[in-house]
Amino acid sequence: MPARGRRVGGAVAAVAVATVMVVPFLWMVSTALMGEFEVLQYPPPMLPATPRWANFRDALTTLPFARFFANSLIVAAFTVTAQVMAGALGGYALARFRFAGQRAVFALYLGALMIPGVVLLIPRFLIVDALGAVDTMAGLVSAELVSFWGIFMMRQFFVSLPRELEDAARLDGAGEWAVFWRIVLPSAVPGLATFALFAFIDSWKSLLWPLVVTRSMSLRTVEVGIASFHGLYYANWPYQMAAAVTALVPVLVVFLLTQRHFTRGVQLTGLR
Amino acid sequence: MATVRLQQLTRKFPDGSVALAGLTLDIKHGEFLVLVGPSGCGKTTALRLIAGLDAPTSGRIVVGEEDVTDLPPGSRDVAMVFQNYALYPHFTVAENIAFPLKMRRVPAGEQQRQVREVAETLGIGELLARKPAQLSGGQRQRVALARALVRQPAVFLFDEPLSNLDAQVRASTRAELVRLHRQLGATMIFVTHDQVEAMSMAQRMAVLNKGRLEQCAAPLEVYRTPATRFTAQFVGSPSINTFDGTIEGKGSRQLFVGAVQVPVTAPPGSGTLAVRPEHLHIVPPGDGTFPVRVALVEPLGAECIVHALLGDNTEVRVRVPGLPTVATGDTVHLRIDHEAALVFDAEGRLEGRGRRP
Repeated sequence: MPARGRRVGGAVAAVAVATVMVVPFLWMVSTALMGEFEVLQYPPPMLPATPRWANFRDALTTLPFARFFANSLIVAAFTVTAQVMAGALGGYALARFRFAGQRAVFALYLGALMIPGVVLLIPRFLIVDALGAVDTMAGLVSAELVSFWGIFMMRQFFVSLPRELEDAARLDGAGEWAVFWRIVLPSAVPGLATFALFAFIDSWKSLLWPLVVTRSMSLRTVEVGIASFHGLYYANWPYQMAAAVTALVPVLVVFLLTQRHFTRGVQLTGLR
Repeated sequence: MATVRLQQLTRKFPDGSVALAGLTLDIKHGEFLVLVGPSGCGKTTALRLIAGLDAPTSGRIVVGEEDVTDLPPGSRDVAMVFQNYALYPHFTVAENIAFPLKMRRVPAGEQQRQVREVAETLGIGELLARKPAQLSGGQRQRVALARALVRQPAVFLFDEPLSNLDAQVRASTRAELVRLHRQLGATMIFVTHDQVEAMSMAQRMAVLNKGRLEQCAAPLEVYRTPATRFTAQFVGSPSINTFDGTIEGKGSRQLFVGAVQVPVTAPPGSGTLAVRPEHLHIVPPGDGTFPVRVALVEPLGAECIVHALLGDNTEVRVRVPGLPTVATGDTVHLRIDHEAALVFDAEGRLEGRGRRP
């Protein structure tokens, strides 16, 4: 039966793709529980001989990871809040208002999306240095407060919302700000939640900027902490993986919190 | 007094296309006026201009004694019901209805009282705590209506509010709107592309075509005396039969000559004769009758519509009361009610009528 054959084929393909995705993740968890030298055997073992749960405690206390987590959360909180606000306001303006140079501004934003972040690293550092903000929380937070990608994504989302809602609100006597704040923004929650999730993940996993702009241990973020297990001549894989597994937890929590909106948001913005 | 006067309203788009070309229309206080026309005729544009959602390229809008052309939508005393209802999805029904009051800073207790009163009037008192997504189409429509009613505006605007309802709910809502209009005595402007809706609800109907007003009159007057060929063809279902030809002769010998010949009173020249399907009758062969071949019979119960072909394959539609008496392939003879025939000139303007021979 061809229909059944197609179903089986589809299931096999799905399992294959899922395996490719999930194996590195399981390997990370497995490595996190191995002995320091067990990892280096050849052929590498799939599972630890005896799981060493102490790796987690040791890895997270060798360096001040509590501080790192707090720093990462502070950075993420500022970044996500600022990016979502800028994305909502900028996206709405680009989607709905007619103003001189609108197309040019939009093209400029799209152009900005094509500049790789690494190119901006040195100019940003020089600016932050000139402001005397190197190795401060302000300097750490400042880099990604506005996301062109977020503005672009929110614009696409607002374009897809029915205009009649806004028209109805205007007729009901709402001013432009009330239209945005009371009607448009609540309708845009799926899009905002989707973008917030992306922004959070982006901020949480950023390594280069925190590494460059901070020197003191007390300002390092989780990613920088994880990376520091990996020296020039020496790498403690189990510790690094144990820290990495722990670092995943907040991402999972945020994903679960936004999941409900996320699938809808992805559909509505055509991000698939 | 909530009269609405549209003076030379024009709206052009940046690409140069014209949505509305100099619409002038006086709508009386308490009138139920229907703007009707095919899609793209400018009727929704006109409504959005009155609402203030779009700005006219030129022309003025006067509500009562006040020129509102430059006022924002919220400052005009008009409420609008949208085709897709435009209910705020994150608000409950009560919050939806209360929103215009809230925006006008009506005290909370007074808001609640008015919301409940309007909801009771429309029979949606039970639904106040629900979200729009939990309502049926008919219920959404009532909520949209309630949100307009609660403001007690001078003018109500309706943008095809019935087109998303299924046939039965549409018919009952139509009657209910007419009743509501009588009860409130408010000025209502209703946009539709459905000429049956227009005929059944309007006190006066304004027929628009390509951004221009073809005619504005009471429905039966529009039906009996359409000012233009377009109006004649747009109003009435099945649509009016038309025959192209020329008007020849003078005085009592004046005759329309085309696929059919009918004595008329009209200036000579080329023109169009138009006859409603109910003004054609199947009769025994005789003086002034002409033969046709039956192509299709649509039995509707109380009447049937017979589609028939003339010798030159011109199609005519005949409304026959009762059950079908003819069948596809039959040849029958038709007679025209001469006095009910209309004559349009080459530009499509009504210029005369048929007459008794």
